[in-house]
Amino acid sequence: MSKIAVRTENLNRDFGPIRAVDDLSLEIPAGIVFGFLGPNGSGKTTTIRLLLGLLEPTRGRAEVLGFNTRTQADEIRERCGALLEHTGLYERLSGEDNLELYGRIWRISAADRKARTKELLEHLGLWERRGERVAGWSRGMRQKLAVARSLLHRPSLIFLDEPTAGLDPMAAASLRDDLLSLAGREGVTIFLTTHNLTEAEKLCAQVGVIRAGKLLAVGRPDQLRANAGGHQAVILGRGFGERALASLRERPEVAAATLQDGRLVIDLKIEVEIAPLIGLLVNSGAQVEEARKGNASLEEDFLSLMEMEK
Amino acid sequence: MITDLLTMMWKEWKEMLLQHGGIRSGILPMLIIPLGLLGVMLPWQMGRAWIESPMSLAVWAWMPLMLMARLIADSFAGERERHTLETLLASRLPDRAILFGKVCAVVSYGWGLTMLGVLMGLLTVNLVHGRGELLLYSRKFTLGILVLSWLGAWLAAGAGVLVSLRAATVRQAQQVLMIAIMLLLFVPVYGVRLLPGEWRAQIARALGAGGAARPVLVIIAALTVVDISLVIAAMARFRRARLILN
Repeated sequence: MSKIAVRTENLNRDFGPIRAVDDLSLEIPAGIVFGFLGPNGSGKTTTIRLLLGLLEPTRGRAEVLGFNTRTQADEIRERCGALLEHTGLYERLSGEDNLELYGRIWRISAADRKARTKELLEHLGLWERRGERVAGWSRGMRQKLAVARSLLHRPSLIFLDEPTAGLDPMAAASLRDDLLSLAGREGVTIFLTTHNLTEAEKLCAQVGVIRAGKLLAVGRPDQLRANAGGHQAVILGRGFGERALASLRERPEVAAATLQDGRLVIDLKIEVEIAPLIGLLVNSGAQVEEARKGNASLEEDFLSLMEMEK
Repeated sequence: MITDLLTMMWKEWKEMLLQHGGIRSGILPMLIIPLGLLGVMLPWQMGRAWIESPMSLAVWAWMPLMLMARLIADSFAGERERHTLETLLASRLPDRAILFGKVCAVVSYGWGLTMLGVLMGLLTVNLVHGRGELLLYSRKFTLGILVLSWLGAWLAAGAGVLVSLRAATVRQAQQVLMIAIMLLLFVPVYGVRLLPGEWRAQIARALGAGGAARPVLVIIAALTVVDISLVIAAMARFRRARLILN
């Protein structure tokens, strides 16, 4: 198998006057969980459709597992699994029959189908309910079944389009754990779209941020934070007057110092000791009660990227 | 290809049988009326005429259309409405297997049940009107029933798939199909009546020149052409990208 699972070069897709995917160039190594982050309508689902060969690009090219999406879409679909925007489950059928259908579609032998279905449903805690119609299942159970379906034929790469969307926090956390353990066990590459940043931070080895079809940034979550200048100090207390803020802003390591909801937030250009900054504040007449140092969350980075591109 | 086609048929049959909750509450009530009417009631009332009248041929050609309209309308519009279509299209199944798997499942259902109706009708006529004599369709009549109902089933499937591929909802697809079937029934009957008497006489002479078989052969030829055209149109219409963007 190619060491690069997904490669796109200047990939574009237009819908009339609207450019849904704009010059997307991306390389995703095999065997990792890649998170594709972006707000609604940013082009995440269109990208998945392009990568699965369900849509043709307007311009540019893409390769998935070494196959060209334009000319070898069948080979790509043969080797990939997908949980798309909707679970795609047949609600009249039971959970077991849904997997039976896709097992047949992927031409898994009857004995293997049975064994694999049992293995996946047991792992996901659905085995006891396997004979019941999916129509009566909770949303979390359906999402898990759809994940099982996407892994059934042991694909090299799976596309998960917002797999935890609409789930309650417990169900989402449970599905995330299952995804991580399954991905680790099966050694599969996961291309995951989400606008849940906590999820991306927990699951993904690499993330790409997309907005209005344009890729804004790509890298490890910690790299993104570093690139966005994610080091921060939060100071609680009183007397953070203009004099104190101005003396802080003069320091070379300080990118910004702002008051937010009564807290002083200092954005740092590099990771440094904050004791000298606190000393400076105290000398300026401020009363410091508590000081915290840490990285900005991926969510903050994401929002700052969105702001920068507006 | 055959394995994939059979997989699709398996899924379609399973869904058909389990619609509305199960076999007893779902498919059986749907069958009682057409089979009861055409397999028991009409043969009972018409007696020997049921196996000799050309009207019977028209009934058997038309029956698959009535049986299949609802199901074939659901084929793609239903998958789209229930959000299962995109996942199916993202699988490894070839286009032809998806299209013909759905068509064959519905054709086998419609044509199979029509054959069951034919047998039930024969049984009813023999039980009620046989008086010790075995009443059977003539060989030509039997061939006519087999071919016309088969072509009728493909007509419903071809037209139904085309409508279903384009329709936004199942309801819309069903309505369009039912209107088409009604037009197919009433336009020839009432349309001919609107023609001038001389024209009607000419048509009757032309069709009757070769005996009763001639109009049947003309209809078979016309249906074959229409069926093939519809299937080709459906194949051309079936494009993954177009289905997803719809």
